[in-house]
Amino acid sequence: MTTLHFEAQDITKEFNRKRIVEHISFDLHEGQSLALVGRNGAGKSTVAKILCGLLSPTRGTVALSVNGTPAPYPAHLYPHIGFVAPYINLYDEFTGLENLQLCARLRNYATDPDGRASRLLKQFSLFEKRNDELRTYSSGMKQRLKYCAALLHEPPLLVLDEPCANLDEEGIAVVREVMTHQKRTGILIIATNDRDDLSYADSIVTVERVAQS
Amino acid sequence: MKTFIRSAYVLVEKEIRSEFRTRYALNALMMFVITTLSIILFSFGGETVPTDVLCGLLWIVIFFSAMSGLSRTFVAEEERGTVMTLQLMTHSSTVLTGKLVYNCLLALALNLFIGLAYQIIVPDFTVRTQSIYWTTIVLGSLGLAVASTLLAAIIAKANTKGTLYPVLAFPILLPILLTAIKATKQAADGAFFAEVLQEFQIMLAFAVAYVALSTVVFEYIWND
Repeated sequence: MTTLHFEAQDITKEFNRKRIVEHISFDLHEGQSLALVGRNGAGKSTVAKILCGLLSPTRGTVALSVNGTPAPYPAHLYPHIGFVAPYINLYDEFTGLENLQLCARLRNYATDPDGRASRLLKQFSLFEKRNDELRTYSSGMKQRLKYCAALLHEPPLLVLDEPCANLDEEGIAVVREVMTHQKRTGILIIATNDRDDLSYADSIVTVERVAQS
Repeated sequence: MKTFIRSAYVLVEKEIRSEFRTRYALNALMMFVITTLSIILFSFGGETVPTDVLCGLLWIVIFFSAMSGLSRTFVAEEERGTVMTLQLMTHSSTVLTGKLVYNCLLALALNLFIGLAYQIIVPDFTVRTQSIYWTTIVLGSLGLAVASTLLAAIIAKANTKGTLYPVLAFPILLPILLTAIKATKQAADGAFFAEVLQEFQIMLAFAVAYVALSTVVFEYIWND
């Protein structure tokens, strides 16, 4: 098992001098999971983006180390992170399989990328549609493909923002399997208010809406 | 280094495949070029136009076609919501290199076409030193593409992309445009290659300076 340590210390984010989130801290090791909860607009997605290196915190630090080696934040976080969120899109003009091949090639994932892509497409019931352009997919199918893209490189850290958004019961069941597996093998962080999702978290961090003066 | 080059190549290939699937930039640019050249041709109405004006018009066509096409590479990612996908898949330097190479290829292909079409369509435009003409087109295209790529990355984050791009680009691209117009005029007048070396050096230096600047600042533009 990979030794992991993911730590956030006193994360604060401001947009145009307006504080959006403040004082988010936690410390996670492999085999641990965390849920970010909070009301709509409290800043759960902002925190999720900061954790993945998509936004930089105004104050505070995020640090990931893999097998004792620190992964510089945010520039070199991407090889270790899988992120699924409703606001992240793949390329509509490419087929499902082409999108996954693109992800694998851009990440320089060398371990049988086509085999891994096929396995994930089968797991998420998209194998039959693998050669269809993404523009023909439903929103639920696109969400499934985002999971395939996020899991393709077997990330030690998986961050899920609204993990079951747009998914039907079958899709939700597969996502739950993924969450269970990730909890065993790496670190899982979920931003959600769904009670069923919360049962997959060992600890909970509440993101409070910051009072504006 | 090997993985960086491989990833950048994958990104260039993705841009080309994406363009051939959507045909957004190619179709728009071709229509723009054909329409502009036709308007220029009809507006002459058989009158003789001085070479200086013809050289200026050529680079006006090239400038505005660059403005219509070269911003797409970043603006399209922003509009389709795929910026984060790229941020999650690869390092910012790979994105910059891939987009830069793709924009250079697009600008070269387009401007070589414009350069050829302009010579064929505009009857009064005679180029006596072809080597200077084509070198100017190539170096001018590279300079335009490099500076436009950095600008495109900046304006992709703004709300008023369409108007902001040419407004910001004009003062930045003015030095290379003026130099390119001067070199094109010398090509039309039949100057020797050695006489235009200074203009070529300026255009090359412009491109190199903007590659260096992009390398330094792109990470800050790309990451938040």
